[in-house]
Amino acid sequence: MGSSSSNLNTIPNSQELMQETGFSAAHLLRLYERFEFLDKDNKGHLRPEDFEAVQELSTNPIGDIIIGSFFSPGQETVDFPSFVRILAHFRPAEKNRTRDGAQPEPANSSTGKLKFAFQLYDRDRDGKISREELLQVLRAMLEMQVTEEQLESMAERAIQEADLDEDDAISFDEFKKSLEKVNIDHKMSIHFMK
Amino acid sequence: SVIKPIFSFFERAAALLIICTFLSFLYGSRGEVPPKPTPGITVVPPLKPNNEPQAYPDAEKSNLPVFTMDYPRIQIPFEITLWMLLASFAKIGFHVYHKITVWVPESCLLISIGLIVGAIMHSVHEEPPAVLTSNVFFLYMLPPIVFWYAVMGTLWNSIGIGISLFTICQIEAFGVQDINLQENLLFASIISAVDPVAVLGVFEDVSVNEQLYIVVFGECLFNDAVTVVLYNMFSFVADMPVVEPVDVFLGVARFFVVGLGGMGFGILFGFVAAFTTRFTSKVREIEPLFIFMFSYLAYLVSELFAISSIMAIVCCALTMKYYVEENVSQRSCTTIRHVVKMLGSISETLIFFFLGVVTITTEHEWNWAYILFTLLFAFVWRGLGILVLTQIINPFRTISFNLKDQFGMAYGGLRGAISFALAFTLPDTIGRKQLFVTATIVIILFTVFLQGISIRPLIEFINVRRTNRNVDTINVEIHCRLMEHTMAGIEDLCGQWSHFYWKDKFMKFNNRVLRRILIRDNRAESSIVALYKKLELQNAMEILDTVSGDISAAPSIVSLHEDKKESAKPKKKFFAEDLKNMHNILSKNMYKIRQRTVAYTSKYALPNDSQPREILIRRHSSIRRSLRPGSFQSQKYFSLPAGQGLESKFPPVRHSYADEHETMSEVAYPARHSRFGQPKRSASGAMMPLHRLDTLKEVPSVDVLNESEKGSTSRGVSRTNSSYSDSRVPAPNDRRNAPTEAEEEQGEQPSSPPPAWAAEPRDSTPQNPLLRRPKWNPKK
Repeated sequence: MGSSSSNLNTIPNSQELMQETGFSAAHLLRLYERFEFLDKDNKGHLRPEDFEAVQELSTNPIGDIIIGSFFSPGQETVDFPSFVRILAHFRPAEKNRTRDGAQPEPANSSTGKLKFAFQLYDRDRDGKISREELLQVLRAMLEMQVTEEQLESMAERAIQEADLDEDDAISFDEFKKSLEKVNIDHKMSIHFMK
Repeated sequence: SVIKPIFSFFERAAALLIICTFLSFLYGSRGEVPPKPTPGITVVPPLKPNNEPQAYPDAEKSNLPVFTMDYPRIQIPFEITLWMLLASFAKIGFHVYHKITVWVPESCLLISIGLIVGAIMHSVHEEPPAVLTSNVFFLYMLPPIVFWYAVMGTLWNSIGIGISLFTICQIEAFGVQDINLQENLLFASIISAVDPVAVLGVFEDVSVNEQLYIVVFGECLFNDAVTVVLYNMFSFVADMPVVEPVDVFLGVARFFVVGLGGMGFGILFGFVAAFTTRFTSKVREIEPLFIFMFSYLAYLVSELFAISSIMAIVCCALTMKYYVEENVSQRSCTTIRHVVKMLGSISETLIFFFLGVVTITTEHEWNWAYILFTLLFAFVWRGLGILVLTQIINPFRTISFNLKDQFGMAYGGLRGAISFALAFTLPDTIGRKQLFVTATIVIILFTVFLQGISIRPLIEFINVRRTNRNVDTINVEIHCRLMEHTMAGIEDLCGQWSHFYWKDKFMKFNNRVLRRILIRDNRAESSIVALYKKLELQNAMEILDTVSGDISAAPSIVSLHEDKKESAKPKKKFFAEDLKNMHNILSKNMYKIRQRTVAYTSKYALPNDSQPREILIRRHSSIRRSLRPGSFQSQKYFSLPAGQGLESKFPPVRHSYADEHETMSEVAYPARHSRFGQPKRSASGAMMPLHRLDTLKEVPSVDVLNESEKGSTSRGVSRTNSSYSDSRVPAPNDRRNAPTEAEEEQGEQPSSPPPAWAAEPRDSTPQNPLLRRPKWNPKK
């Protein structure tokens, strides 16, 4: 799949990308091939329809939420660097990385992953998960299984549990806190194949 | 989670084990109570004097015996019962002095008592209970007591110890050359079997981190299977004069057959049991019977094929747990748990007790060298084994075991019941059987006493990583689910798979196929919903528990649902409303979700042993916090679904509801249209105690019921637990208030409780929100 003749040189800015995301050359190449595969019309960028063409993704309950996360607000297309940057969140976090304070939090650290998850909820990017947003996600995940009331109760309860400053929304810190016992790195990592 | 049932079946197995011990040993024993010399005492008329010539032999004329005793008739069960009682009394005795049990594991105490009794018996020259024959052992006793560490660790230990001991035996000075390699291996396999009881008790008390607990527990469970397999293999081999390589190969093959076969059988029986319980809705009383019988059947059938019965039972339990729990009623669940814990308790008691007795009363053959070296090697090899195995496995684990954990595991290798039993069933063809028996007993006593008593201080000293009981809140569940879906999606996007994919696939298969077949109401349940329901039910039960003390009266979700479908009688609807009221009160008052207890529970407590007070207190504080003046928004409460009345949403009654509650129902549920109606404040226990709780002002407008006719607004949420989403989903979602609307509403509410609420104060400030039934506001 993908053109096997592509090598690193065909990928624009590959060095910067590797630097930024931490992907190795082999990973990057493979992702590029995948990108090209998804980009059926060879447009050079991806549109939502291309994503939806992936069979399993369309049957995923939160498929469209995931797809939506690739697109920055207002944008309709995803180019390769953005694609890779998003996927960089799912690299396994490196342990014992010495970071100087100046470097931004890498995308694949626990915090980076959590931020990604947070943004899945927080679509309007206001920094808080409101009840509506939570409900939306819940609704998507639970589909036909529960009534609207049950959904609301659950959302209610979830907010109760997490909402420490009682503004009836979950901020990123509260989100992070509620998940402090979960091994995020384990849960949100993919071992990318070469 | 998964641990509970394993543990419970483990205990159960141990129970059966004990019971059968007694069956067997009482065949030939005289037991504690010497049988009466005269089986029957009858009242006989005086004989005629002998010196009179008898014309004909007179038939002895005996009158109808008024009082007879026939001891042999009841001897066996009687003695069994006495033994069990004695051991149980001992157990009661320990707990009188709590301090003892904190530091000394129960197994030690029981062995001590056993030693004492044994000494007594010995001094009166009573025979010890006859030893078990292997048949009995394997058929009756073994099972119950019941995965990387287990198998490999035991293998490692057995082989290591066996070989080392063999080397020792070569040294002439010790006088044990006659023990050949096979016999050494056999013996080694016996003493490799680790017994969890003491260790896990300590771990629990110290609350070590769950990983450690699980590993040790799992190891103990599965290594029983391994040990038995090894034992069989080696005893088979010990009889053979020559061992060929092909035999070794066959041995390995057999090992896999045994292990996997056991799992397969277990899962098979688990499915059959699950399937059966699907149809038991009408015969709920015998549901526990199915569970037990199927488990036992799994065990027996695997014994039939000589595959690992312990694995069979464990896998059976795991499978059943998942599906059966949804099918059976709450009462059956409770019954099963109770019985299992009871049986487990008894058996564990008896086995250690018995150990003590037998120690004194058997003939021992003592060989210093052999025994001491056995002890030494047992420790050394276990330590090495743990070290090596951990090194191999750590890279694959997210949470690696540090040295302290490893120490805990190694030191926690106490020997116990299995070794004991196996030693006794060594074939007599082994020349040095007595020596083996003695050595086994020594090692058991040593590990149980020394290690058992010292492990607790040691663990605390080295500060093994403690558990952080996972707060599995709804939050976490939701977010984790989201993450899983995300990962599956991303993987699909990238065109590659990993374990999320398989997990996803399995869940789909499970939902589509398995659940449909095995569960009565087979709506595919999202885990979030399941958790939510469970938490709600738990909370509901906890409330009721404080209140009415009758937690077992709560039917399971399924049975409630079932009842709902059946009931058409008005009377039942009252119950429903009653229940609904409670649910409402619960949900209305924003209880915090009780943290789910960790997988393992205390030996003597059932799971879900609740501490209601804590909940109520938490509830108070959370209510307090939320009821800030004017911020109606923060008042979290749940209303009934708009539209339908409560009864459409809530399942009707429990049949088992206490009688006193029935009065509630009969009264005062007035017109159908006033759904929520005016629950009468009766003397029923359920509501009364709640008054004790003092609290905050309840916002009077918290109105649960909505009348569709009156167009009352329903607040926000709905529900409490047990209702399924059924087709009669209340339609008018638009009537649901956003909290802001409710705020306005609050302002305009006059609060006049409906007249039926005679018992209630008429003011608008309810004293006890917890208790207060939602007021039905006629105006709305």
